[in-house]
Amino acid sequence: MGSNMAENHPVAYQWVMEARERGAQVIHVDPRFTRTSATATKWVQIRAGTDIAFLGGIVNYILENGREFREYVVEYTNAPAIITDEYRDTEDLGGFFSGWDEASRSYGNETWRYDGADPSPMHGHREMGAPTDQATGFGGHSAGAPCCDPPHMDPTLEDPRCVFQILKRHFSRYTPERVAEICGCSPDDLRFVARALCDNSGRERTASFVYSVGWTQHTVGVQYIRTAAIIQLLLGNIGRPGGGIMALRGHASIQGSTDIPTLFDILPGYLPMPAAQARHDLRTYIESQTAPGGIWGTVDAYIVSLLKAYWGDRATAENDFCFDYLPRISGDHSAYQATLGMMDGSVKGYFLLGENPAVGSAHSRLHRLALAHLDWLVVRDLVEIESATFWRDAPEIETGELRTGDIPTEVFFMPAASHVEKAGSFTNTQRLLQWRDQAVEPKGDARSELWFMYHLGRIIREKLANSTDPRDRGLLELAWEYPLTGATEEPDGEAVLREINGRQADGTLLSASAQLKADGSTTCGCWIYCGCYADGVNRTARRKPHWEQGLEGREWGWAWPQNRRILYNRASADPQGKPWSERKKLMWWDEASQRWVGDDEIDFAPDHGPDYRPPDGARALAAIDGRRPFIAHPDGRAWIFAPRGVVDGPLPTHFEPEESPFANLLYPQRANPPRQRFFRPANPYNPSGDSPGADAYPFVMTTYRLTEHHTAGGMSRFVPHLSELQPEMFCEVSPELAALRALEHGGWATIVTSRSAIEARVLVTERIRPLDVQGKTVHQVGLPYHWGRNGIVTGDSANDVVPLALDPNVHIEEVKAASCDIRPGRRPRGPALRRLVESYPRITRDGDVTQAPQEHAPGTRSEGR
Amino acid sequence: MMRRPLPVVERPDAWPASYGDEARPRLGFFTDTTLCIGCKACEVACKEWNDVPADGYVWTGNSYDNTGGLSANTWRHVAFIEQDRPLHVAPSKARLREAEMRDGAAGPDAAPLRDRPSGGAPRGDGYPPPDAPRGDGGEGMRWLMSSDVCKHCTDAACLDVCPTGALFRTEFGTVVVQQDVCNGCGYCVVACPFGVIGRREIAGSKGVGMAQKCTLCYDRTKDGLEPACAKACPTESIQFGKLDELRERASRRLEQVVARGFDGARLYGANPDDGVGGFGAFFLLLDEPEVYGLPPDPVATTRDLPSIYGWMALAAGTLGALVGLSFLGGRR
Repeated sequence: MGSNMAENHPVAYQWVMEARERGAQVIHVDPRFTRTSATATKWVQIRAGTDIAFLGGIVNYILENGREFREYVVEYTNAPAIITDEYRDTEDLGGFFSGWDEASRSYGNETWRYDGADPSPMHGHREMGAPTDQATGFGGHSAGAPCCDPPHMDPTLEDPRCVFQILKRHFSRYTPERVAEICGCSPDDLRFVARALCDNSGRERTASFVYSVGWTQHTVGVQYIRTAAIIQLLLGNIGRPGGGIMALRGHASIQGSTDIPTLFDILPGYLPMPAAQARHDLRTYIESQTAPGGIWGTVDAYIVSLLKAYWGDRATAENDFCFDYLPRISGDHSAYQATLGMMDGSVKGYFLLGENPAVGSAHSRLHRLALAHLDWLVVRDLVEIESATFWRDAPEIETGELRTGDIPTEVFFMPAASHVEKAGSFTNTQRLLQWRDQAVEPKGDARSELWFMYHLGRIIREKLANSTDPRDRGLLELAWEYPLTGATEEPDGEAVLREINGRQADGTLLSASAQLKADGSTTCGCWIYCGCYADGVNRTARRKPHWEQGLEGREWGWAWPQNRRILYNRASADPQGKPWSERKKLMWWDEASQRWVGDDEIDFAPDHGPDYRPPDGARALAAIDGRRPFIAHPDGRAWIFAPRGVVDGPLPTHFEPEESPFANLLYPQRANPPRQRFFRPANPYNPSGDSPGADAYPFVMTTYRLTEHHTAGGMSRFVPHLSELQPEMFCEVSPELAALRALEHGGWATIVTSRSAIEARVLVTERIRPLDVQGKTVHQVGLPYHWGRNGIVTGDSANDVVPLALDPNVHIEEVKAASCDIRPGRRPRGPALRRLVESYPRITRDGDVTQAPQEHAPGTRSEGR
Repeated sequence: MMRRPLPVVERPDAWPASYGDEARPRLGFFTDTTLCIGCKACEVACKEWNDVPADGYVWTGNSYDNTGGLSANTWRHVAFIEQDRPLHVAPSKARLREAEMRDGAAGPDAAPLRDRPSGGAPRGDGYPPPDAPRGDGGEGMRWLMSSDVCKHCTDAACLDVCPTGALFRTEFGTVVVQQDVCNGCGYCVVACPFGVIGRREIAGSKGVGMAQKCTLCYDRTKDGLEPACAKACPTESIQFGKLDELRERASRRLEQVVARGFDGARLYGANPDDGVGGFGAFFLLLDEPEVYGLPPDPVATTRDLPSIYGWMALAAGTLGALVGLSFLGGRR
């Protein structure tokens, strides 16, 4: 679900095909019939943006029919935990949880806590990147809070205030019939999928979910994945072979760029970025981030070793290991905020490395308008992408909104080396690091990112060498020495990997993060990668074929942490340490050796058996009970109910997308309450649901990729052999919609939202079908988003018409479901384009339609053909 | 008079005898379309390895197929066929359809299959069986994808008609055009019963005016490498190997997919007794060949040439004899 794996991950999809050949059921739930649906054993069509309703229906099916894996649920999850009686559910409050603050449009999570736990001092919103509540999942449990089990539990799962019963009530109205009304599938479709999942789970079997950005890119995206996690925990499918939830990353090493992040609010290894407001020094930072138990119990060793990697010998205990040299974040500095900052003049310069927001980011028109406010812009890419040439050929120049002579932006284009022209590692889905050798030297001035960053740093440091400004000390004292190779002075990537792996005081390479110390005697650039270069061997470069090793393939590359192939694999054994079944055994407790043994590396204290009970005062892994596999949480239990760490609620709830032709059938509250919206004239929204003007946008729109192209097109639209395979922007519509709007197969259509209007060739196909939703027929419009103005094949950008509305947890854009209108014919040229768009209703202030809807007779042709 | 080819046109020794000790086992492709995911990696890998140019940026509106077909500039082509019938049916129904198969299910293996009890074929231990009740959404739709290629026929008409010897059969039994010998006459273009070969007309590219087609990556096979398309195929839809082994594998595979309810499964080009003597590159299809744009009953356009020449010779001889007789008669 939420993934078109055959098209966007065709190489990985070989394993799905192999599983199908071995008899696995492959079920594809998707708004469209894609190449994945074509090769699956079952396809279920649902309306874009309704996956939580569908998944919630599965939760309801499991609970109504008693299909949960009872022993797993009781022992390994927080289902028995009693929640405080102050908690109120969305069932009680019409789509809100308790703790809502209308003024700040955010939740406080005080009422989501375990009964008997200290009221949380922390506010639930990840507001301003505050380090008290972040993406690491441990939710800022302060030292001294109780570890081990929640204070009050009911192992019978009968107590009305236990998580299990709350969950049951929460999803009780997600019946097959109600789900079908929301999603547009049939009730039997839901029953079929739910039954197949249940029948393929338990002691003898496991089932897994695969998702991609079809789940994440929603205003309630994090909760999509939470719902799948709840299903997998109820069915006992986490930590076991063949189970899990596979997050297929958008492209090469996107996983790597979160592990060693390009994100504003975390440091390598998911350590939170210090925030200005908190005024932390090293000690208080560590105190606020250290969990009473589990892997987040030794944050001190992680952060001190990281600081030692950054500042080397200059980092000492006396100067807090240079902790104060770390920048502090003062607010939400995520990518979309930066774009709005350009519009407002607070962001004056920008680096774009391997990103093409003028085509690829939500509401790309807004990005082009924003880039035109910058003083300077550095673009590093393989080719001259649209984000580098907006100043001369943006569509807004054609409409007269921008004039080249008025744009102050100085653009520096730096040619980038491609993946075959440089060595380095990729970290992909399944946390697998794979080393890549250089095949050829880059041409001309093209260089690697490593070269660019190293030499940029070197030059800046040289320029600042005589500075006495205290703010430059952090830069000047960095350990910035790397061996350079070849005529281009390319830094040695393996030297960087060794720095990431970490060393003992004597320079010996570390072999496990358990060796990390908080006293400054170890260095480590990313604690979860510690061990990837153990014993001086680049383990990410290992290439033993699967037929020469075990099923887990542990000698191909290296998976973090500690080359574990399945996280939480203690859960592959029962509480007594025995495999749940012979067929699905992976790790088990060996009495003779008093260790966990099996085909994988145990994700647990290796010598803590099932009978281990943490002594008083134990910390980190020693504080985890021998029966609790989920060592990322201080209680060792997986959280079906999230008392903290998620800002939009402890349980997932179906909300309509920001833009949808429908009201929320389940709650008066239509969309996710704390979603991020940005009201301003340049970023209007379509009216939705029952609002006046909503009927101007009667169709559901979804954007996606094709196998033949790569994201915003920089790597494919400039390549003849790829461009010829999908040479034009097109839209996919059903025969019914084509008839309704007089769209001609092979002709042109114009897709209109309150942002813009784009044109596309019309592909009429049965692969998109009208759906019956809430008693009326709704049509969906499919839009691939690869095209722009540059390259061999050009076309309008689908992202021009999508809204900028974000998930409140991770600030990801909602581009997988929105509303639109579609008209036959090409879009108007020049200023007439804006006149067409502005004739449609729009919202530029919360809850306010600023223009009355106008009549758009179906079948009328757009002007300016 | 009995109709039989007359030994008028003597052919030289055919492969493999023509190669003597240098002959190698015949190589080919088995393209299993039940495994194709339509990624077109074969098309791109082929063009990259063989330096075949892009040949136009035309959006066809024909599903996801913007390539159109095999040509001088396309040596692998993935067809996309949208159909309003399900991919799987109950195995009993699949067997009925299999009985209608035109290609004889690759020989004698087909018949016993029809008598086998349901569920006897290997299908792992998946759940549920293919004929288990299903929801009603999404059924009745399938999207066939199939990667087409030169068939490397046993009886290759292109090779027969080539006046310069540019087309030749390699030691692997594959059929290859030598660019430095081809004179661009185009006889092979019209001789091919599949429309595989073309003359390249893209100015500025390599081999303009010459006949172009798949070489089964002769330069790679000589070095013991598999062809670029098979190497790039992520799902092993394109399988490369010794032809006799591929044929055995294909007949086993056909049994398997029929038992699993893949509707309309059949082999295409696996029968050595067909009109081209069997394909060196053959297919497992899920519908009639015509649906994929393939001829249902291809015949080497040169198949009847020997007998035609024989008859011509006989006719000429008879005519000559009659003329001679008439002169004899005249003298009487």
